[in-house]
This record gives sequence, C-alpha cells and structure tokens, in this order.
Amino acid sequence: MSYHVNEKGYYGNFGGAYVPEMLYPNVEELREKYLSIMSEPAFQHEFLLLLKDYVGRPSPLYLAERLSEKYGTTIYLKREDLNHTGAHKINNTIGQILLAERLGKKRIIAETGAGQHGVATATVCALKGLECVVYMGAVDIERQAPNVARMKMMGATVIPATSGSQTLKDATNEALRDWINNPVDTHYIIGSVVGPHPYPDMVARFQSIISEETRAQLKEKTGKVNPDYVLACVGGGSNAMGMFYHFLDQDDVKLIAVEAAGKGVESGESAATTLLGKEGVLHGSRSIVMQTEDGQVVEPYSISAGLDYPGIGPQHAHLFASARAKYVSITDNEAMDAGLQLARLEGIIPAIESSHALAYLDKMEFKGDETVVICLSGRGDKDLSTYMTHFGL
Amino acid sequence: MNRIKQLFEQKRNNVLSIYFTAGYPNIDSTLDIAEALEKAGADFLEIGVPYSDPLADGPVIQNSSQKAIENGMTVKVLFEQLKDLRKRVSIPVLLMGYVNPVLQYGVENFCSKCAEVGVDGVIVPDLPMYEYEELYQDCFIQNQLSNIFLITPTTSEARIRRIDELSNGFIYLLSTSSTTGKNLSVSSQVEDYFSRIKSMELRNPTMIGFGISDNKSFSKASEYANGAIVGSAFVKILAEENYLEKIPEFIGSLKGKEAVSY
Ligand SMILES: Cc1ncc(COP(=O)(O)O)c(C=O)c1O
Repeated sequence: MSYHVNEKGYYGNFGGAYVPEMLYPNVEELREKYLSIMSEPAFQHEFLLLLKDYVGRPSPLYLAERLSEKYGTTIYLKREDLNHTGAHKINNTIGQILLAERLGKKRIIAETGAGQHGVATATVCALKGLECVVYMGAVDIERQAPNVARMKMMGATVIPATSGSQTLKDATNEALRDWINNPVDTHYIIGSVVGPHPYPDMVARFQSIISEETRAQLKEKTGKVNPDYVLACVGGGSNAMGMFYHFLDQDDVKLIAVEAAGKGVESGESAATTLLGKEGVLHGSRSIVMQTEDGQVVEPYSISAGLDYPGIGPQHAHLFASARAKYVSITDNEAMDAGLQLARLEGIIPAIESSHALAYLDKMEFKGDETVVICLSGRGDKDLSTYMTHFGL
Repeated sequence: MNRIKQLFEQKRNNVLSIYFTAGYPNIDSTLDIAEALEKAGADFLEIGVPYSDPLADGPVIQNSSQKAIENGMTVKVLFEQLKDLRKRVSIPVLLMGYVNPVLQYGVENFCSKCAEVGVDGVIVPDLPMYEYEELYQDCFIQNQLSNIFLITPTTSEARIRRIDELSNGFIYLLSTSSTTGKNLSVSSQVEDYFSRIKSMELRNPTMIGFGISDNKSFSKASEYANGAIVGSAFVKILAEENYLEKIPEFIGSLKGKEAVSY
C-alpha cells in the first residue's frame, strides 16, 4: 500500500484541492512546480546549508537516561526544540521561503496557533527581506504573548483573527481570504501538513528531514536504523509526518500519533480529531474533521494552542483509516504532568504540544528493552506562564 | 425545462440576481425574503446555505452565516422550509453553499431534495471541477440541476473553455479575485478582462458577481455580461428594521428606476 500522495493529489480517499476558483491559479502553480523546484541542486544546496548553519541541524537524538529508567525501556528524544526559534516549524518555513523566492513572490502570509509557525515565518522573511503578515486567533494572541512579541520584533505584522473560536482554524480562514484578495504577489506559507494539494505533501517533504536524521543517528548509536516505536503529537500533523516519513514503509516500526483530548474526549472540550471527527472538507482538503451532523466545523479545545485544531492533514487521515499509525489522545492534565516530569527528570522544558507525546509513555507497555523515539517538537519557553498557573509554581 | 435556461432564453440583458443567506436575520425569514424579492423585480435568487468557515466570503456574509447557524439553520431545516418554495416563488432559485455541509447531507440526497422542492441549480465555490466530474455530475444531470462554475481574471482561457463545456445554466464571472463584499472599482484592467470574456462568445450566459452594490456597478456589469449578482449589499439591508419593506426600494435603485410598489 502506498502512504504517499497520488498524481490526483489524494491519499486513499483523502486529500484533493477543494479551493474556490480564486485560489486555483496559485495552487495550480505550486502543484506544477514544487517537485521540480525542490529537486534543483541549487535549491537543495541552499536548503541544506540553511538547515545546518542557520537552524542548527542536525538536531540531536538524545538518549534520555532518567526517563528511560523510569519507564524501563530505551527512550530517545529527537530534539526539534533545539532548532533556531524553538520548534520543528522552521524546517518547513525555510523550505517554503526558498520556494516563494523562486516563484517570484514578494509578500508572505501565514497562520499560526501557538505562534511557533508565525515566529518561524517571520524569521525566514527577515532572513530574505520579504514582507510578512501573520494571522493569529485573538485568543491565541492572549495565551502566547511572547511569540507575538518575537514576530513583531522581526518586523512581521500580526493580525488578530476575530471570527469564530478565534483560534487556529479562524486564523487559517483569514490567511486563505488574504490569499484570495492578493493572488499575484503573495505566497501562503501553511504551517502544517494541511490545506489543498500540494501543501500536505510539500510540508511533509520539508519536515521529513526529522526522520531522515533519526535513522542515521540511530544507526550510529545502536547499529539499527529502526526503533520499535515512534511517537509524535498531532495538531495539523507536521512534526508527526516529519517524524514518521522515512518509517512509513518500515513495517516493524510502530507509529503512534498523539492528539489533544483537552478536558477529556467526552467533555465537549477536546481536539481529538480522529475520535470525534468524521470525513469532511476543511481548509481545502478532504480529511477527518470535527463537525456537527449538519457539517458545521466545531470549535475544538486544547490547553495547547498548537493542537487546538478541528482537523488533521489528509495523509494522517489515510494513515488512520489504513491503521498504519495508531491515533491516541492525551488530556490537558496528563500533558501538563508529563511536561513537569521531563523538566524534573531531564532538565528539559517541553512545549505543551510535545508534552502530549511524552504523556503517552504512561499508557504504553514495553516488552523488555524496546527502543522508543519521541519527537520533542518544541521548547516550553512560550508556555511558561501556562505551566506556572497550572502548577501554582 | 430548467427555469434558469428558460429565463436566459427570454431575457438576455440586465438580468438581476440577488443572494441572501437562509435563516438570516430570522430562522423563518427565508421564504418571505424570496417572495419579496420576486415581487420587487429580481430575476432569480441565490439562497446561501450557511457554513461555519465561509472562506470565500467577506465580513457581511460571514456574519449573516454565523447568525443563521445560531438561529438554527441547517440543510435539513432549509429543505423543510423550501417545501413551500414553489407555492410562493416562480423565478429560478439556486442554492449557494460550501461543499462540507453538502457532503454531510449526502450529495445524492442533496440533489434529489433540490429537484423535489424546485431548486434549479447549485453553486458550490469550493467543489473542484475534477471532483464534480468524477463524482457528482451524473447526480446533477439526473436531477436537472445546473452546476454553476466561477471564473476569475486569472482563469486561463483553456480552463474557461472547459468550464463552458461543463456548465449548463450560466457562468459566474468574478469581477476581481476577492472575497465577497468589496466594492467593484472598474479599472481599464477590469474592463479588458470583461471584454476578453465577452469576445470568447461562450456557449453559456454569464453573470458578473462580487462587488456589485448599486446601479452604477450593475449597469457597468450588464454591458459585458447578461446581468449581475448582488450579495453583500443586499444582506446589509437585512440587518435593518422592517427589511421586507425596504426590498422594493433597494431593487428599484439597483435597476435604476422608481421603486415598484407591492
Ligand atoms: C512545538 C509544537 N509542536 C507541535 C505543533 C503542532 O503542529 P503539527 O501537528 O503540525 O506538528 C505545534 C504547532 O504550533 C508546535 O508549536
């Protein structure tokens, strides 16, 4: 079975490009050119050089000894938190800014939830001297204030999305509307493996560096390229897709995607898309979407702004439907506890998004000494006040 | 015969279509507004099916959609209301909405319900041509529904030809690439685009929409197409008190003549 996109832009039943005609020329231009641009030697050279000297890659694969001891198995953390700007998001924005340059675009727009993607976009725009406009839900602007300040410092304009739930879904709507109104000179840097084809595939390819490095690093450390388990959290699904990418066709590797259960899957305040969603179309692709019986998209909830999204990328929907990956969910409280635990055991403060992946360790049973790789997608600096408030520190 | 075809056979110029959102301002205002629009002289109607994430729409229609959803409007409720459509309205009626609510209702159910209540066509801006052809076209044809495609200033000539082949009703010409509710500013660029389309001599009639708000923009659009579509400017009227009474005057002012009386 293929887990990759076909020539029509689909992963099994999922994917496609459900966009109004106004966006068609832009999306079509990308579709026609993304693979050829990405395979140009000059593009590859600049991409890899920036990842190395600017982002600081390869990110370390760290053997977390005290965490391993606690769970009685071998746990590695893929340290995307050590990237410049503090999360995996920059792998994608570096790739897309180089692409935008080659498409002759002058203005960049983006949506952001936690602010990590907004910061990563503002960063590459500063690097390349391009105008940057970031849409962010008004609620998220409140809860991720440090990232708003970082974007502004680097010269980006941050526009609050005040419609709907005022979070990531609404910021994405606003960014798409901006693109409709500015079709010629603007490139939309989507922050996850969502959106119309070719975005999910393009973003997955840029993020696939995570699993490419992991395999080489594991080989060097253990002699084997494959671990037993790979875990990552899923908002739209980009760090997970990057972490899974080169393991998709390795049947001996179990893939676990961790969604945000919010206050509990049954609580009505949750973002556990595969459990609570149905097939539907959101933001230009057919996937799994949290929605009412009438097809209205529901407002999700998670303590983590980066996971507060009512859909998942179409490739994830396909991995879920084909059972290639297992989709599980973790509540706010479980994630917060796991974040505190990592800080105390390893001296690493994770982003609350990443804490969701860490929390799933508690629910796993290991047969003897198995090897687990967890994608530590980001660092927790942006979340300090949420951690402080939660634990009364 | 499909009412849309019939309309364009009888009327080639200055055709006026009005968009409004079902369930706005009140849950049961849909048919009252439709009836008032016909009496006031609208040539056909587009009834919006509200959606939570209307990404082609500007603030006015976003707001009417959100309000309509809060009022309890759903596809099911709408079809229930439309049972009386043909008792009260004789001009062509289209439903305009986003693809997800249609998918959830079921495309086949949706099409057969449209036929049952006397809806003549459907506009789904985020339903791509490929998916329409592969999955939905048969169902539309079976139920004699027109599927309306959009074209914009950046749609290529080859694609316009393909859309013309697939269309049966009319083609929706966007005045500019924009979300709904911006005022049309007629530059020489826009006129070039309108002229270019006109000179293509398409098989289907064309209607210009997005940004048409008054007599000036309506008349301008009608020079290049068979008529024009007014959305946000009308939906704004619905926020006012006694909106039903204001409809004749609004339509009259669009057409540039004295208000028709009830
Ligand atoms: C640190 C971190 N991890 C994960 C996510 C979730 O996004 P994705 O599922 O695309 O990796 C975000 C999103 O903002 C994030 O900032």
